[in-house]
Amino acid sequence: MLSVSNLSVSYGPTRVVDKLNLELGQDEILMLVGPTGCGKTTILQALAGLIPISDGEIRLSKWASTPAKHVPPEKRNVGMVFQDFALFPHLTVQENVCFRLKDTALADHWLALLGLDSFRDAKPARLSGGQKQRVALARTLAHEPAFVLLDEPLSNLDAALKDSLRWEIRDALKKAGVPAIWVTHDQEEALSVGDRIGILNKGKLEQLDTPELCYSEPASRFVARFMGEASFLSAQFDTSAANTHNTVVTHIGNVPGTPLQQASGDVDLLVRPDDLSLTATQSESNCAVEWVRYEGESRLYAVALDNGDELKVRVSHENALKPGTRARVQLITTHPLAVFPKQGNG
Amino acid sequence: MTHWPKSYPLAFVIALLALLPVGVLFALAQDSAQLFDTHNLRVLGNTVSLMALTIVGAVIIGVPLAFFTAYVQLPFKRFWLIVLAAPLALPSYIGAFAMYFSFGRGGEIENVLGITTPPISGLWGSALVMSLYTYPFVMMTTRASLLSLDASLVNAARTLGLSLAASLWRVVLPRVVNSVAAGALLAALYALSDFGTPAIMGLDTFTRVIFVEYNAFGLSQAAMLSLQLMVIVALILFVESRIGGASERPGKHLSLFPAAWQRNLMLLSAMPIVFMAIILPLGIFTLWLVREGTGGFELSYAWNSAHASFLAAIVAVLLAIPVAHAAIAGKAGRFMERITYFGFGVPGIVMGTALVYVGLQLPVLYQTLGLLVMAYVLRFLPLAVGSVRATAENIDSGLVKAARVLGASPREAFVRITLPLTLRGMIAGAALVFLEAMRELPATLMLGPTGFETLATYMWRVYEAGYFGRAAVPGLLLVLLSGLGLVLMLSGERKAQFTVTEDDRS
Repeated sequence: MLSVSNLSVSYGPTRVVDKLNLELGQDEILMLVGPTGCGKTTILQALAGLIPISDGEIRLSKWASTPAKHVPPEKRNVGMVFQDFALFPHLTVQENVCFRLKDTALADHWLALLGLDSFRDAKPARLSGGQKQRVALARTLAHEPAFVLLDEPLSNLDAALKDSLRWEIRDALKKAGVPAIWVTHDQEEALSVGDRIGILNKGKLEQLDTPELCYSEPASRFVARFMGEASFLSAQFDTSAANTHNTVVTHIGNVPGTPLQQASGDVDLLVRPDDLSLTATQSESNCAVEWVRYEGESRLYAVALDNGDELKVRVSHENALKPGTRARVQLITTHPLAVFPKQGNG
Repeated sequence: MTHWPKSYPLAFVIALLALLPVGVLFALAQDSAQLFDTHNLRVLGNTVSLMALTIVGAVIIGVPLAFFTAYVQLPFKRFWLIVLAAPLALPSYIGAFAMYFSFGRGGEIENVLGITTPPISGLWGSALVMSLYTYPFVMMTTRASLLSLDASLVNAARTLGLSLAASLWRVVLPRVVNSVAAGALLAALYALSDFGTPAIMGLDTFTRVIFVEYNAFGLSQAAMLSLQLMVIVALILFVESRIGGASERPGKHLSLFPAAWQRNLMLLSAMPIVFMAIILPLGIFTLWLVREGTGGFELSYAWNSAHASFLAAIVAVLLAIPVAHAAIAGKAGRFMERITYFGFGVPGIVMGTALVYVGLQLPVLYQTLGLLVMAYVLRFLPLAVGSVRATAENIDSGLVKAARVLGASPREAFVRITLPLTLRGMIAGAALVFLEAMRELPATLMLGPTGFETLATYMWRVYEAGYFGRAAVPGLLLVLLSGLGLVLMLSGERKAQFTVTEDDRS
């Protein structure tokens, strides 16, 4: 089992990864997400042994790597799938997949499973992007790694392919029963594929949890915003025993809340666009439409509440309101929403 | 990172080796009697005059041809470009040899046509030959810069009412001055370090006088002269390094479509140059071959040339691999690579002088093929380094990482990934070194073991003895080899310089 403790990586004076701690389960897929430059790729390179680490320890059952005792990549029994595939251009698909194998049975298995049988003798230059990524995956899994690292494996592919290949890779990893760390900057990919998600910000792990918890109970406003459209609504939250249902009180309705960071009193309620309803009405209006984005099956509205808060609302595409129109927005969700202390210390 | 790249120690040793010649010359010049005398002053005057005239000649021929090949659309454009660049691939002593024996009283032209032509010799003769074989430097650098200019500036100037000629002069020329200068300095370097041409033309430049001193056993005097020559070379290299290549944002490429007669007139006016630089030597050597046969020529000369050059090519590539990889690995490595480039600036005659002395100090090496191969390697190593580095740079670093992650040791990754992917560059580099070494004259003359005659040295003996007819076979072979070199240049890394339109460059 891979365990990482206090891992730090510095490039010169800049600390790119800061005190990372994580453990990887038996056949778990851990997604690492974060904006560009948050250190995700650096973490993978450090785990693979491709760059030196400046602090901490990376440990697998057979080895442990520290700054003083660097274990070279070839001794780590690690598999890595690269963003640009890194297929050897002078070798055929078969030769790539069998790169260091004496027994090619496993290579045949993965080539067949990933539908690459007819490309065995092709050189990588002849393959399409999706095929290249499948070859890269087959090569990695055929070498029976103890854990797999995937460095934005889908970012060089077009959108239609991304979606299907995402599941293909997940299936293959699960079939191989090998744990994996998968780096992406696409939160949607992270939410749908991962068993757990780690959200990185400026080299620090902000949260490490299941996708559901990361989305509904984010550890910070950064995580809340990164995992999807997030609005913050002024609210009151009574933390005394009298409030048995943990009800949060707002101008536009009351909902159950989950207090985070000991929020109480004046608080900010995390509202996702689908927690709200929007109806066109003159009489009981409480907001004005700022802008609207047509998304096909839905419309995304930004509305300004009369108290100044701004909310984003996603409603059915049939609901067409023009910017400037008065409307009524309401909290309609029944599941608990995250409650943050008032802005300034969140 | 605390780890030194593995290529550094080797590259460091090779860089030190490249500095060897100058160290040797300093040691040698210590016991020189004369630092500078009037004879020296005359040699300096000759050398500088030849250099200056070569610059003038190369610019006068090269710049108009650069404009012509860059802007004018003509049929078989690539063919003409190659023909006009071809003199670059020929060693100038071939041209000097042919012209020396063609012109003047009793020359081949008088023999065949009965017309007496003025002789080509001395300062003006040397300058003419040099200009004819170095103008492609100016043409290529200027052309590359012209191609990168944005045509809309010229079009703007013309819509503002300037004539085409005036807009080229006032808008385009000022922006390519640096490139012209860069090409002119390359021509100057060539003129400084070439031995064959001034020697055949009887002009006392540094290279010729060094050879004379060497033959008169004045090795320390030769070393002193070599150092003086190196000072001028260093000066030129310094100036060259100061010329910044002002890179502009590349834009739409200017194309001109002159009337057919104008175009043909321009092409026609370039023909005397092609005739003098390529056709005349070819014609003269062929004439001699027909008239005098292959008498005096032995196959062993060609074999000797090939043998020594082949060894040099292999050694150069082997040494180039660590240097090229060090250059990619980091700053210090790049500096070591720069040092190995030093040998390229050392004229062959100077390298010869230095290594003759090394041979005298280490009798194991004296009069051995090894010493000659070493001279070739030190001089032409940069060619191999350049080719190997170009292909090595193109390898995605992710490939080596991928191999490592799959369980390959650094050694295995190098052997199975890096090596096969850089093989092309190694072969190209070896071929370039081979062809250069085949044509090398001065160092071969000084370092070849007794009785070791090559194509180039045989031509020199023929010149000394005056049996010029016997130069036919070696001359033609050398021209052929130069043609091969040109083909290699065109298919290799310098391909981009020979592209016809901007579309080909991608």
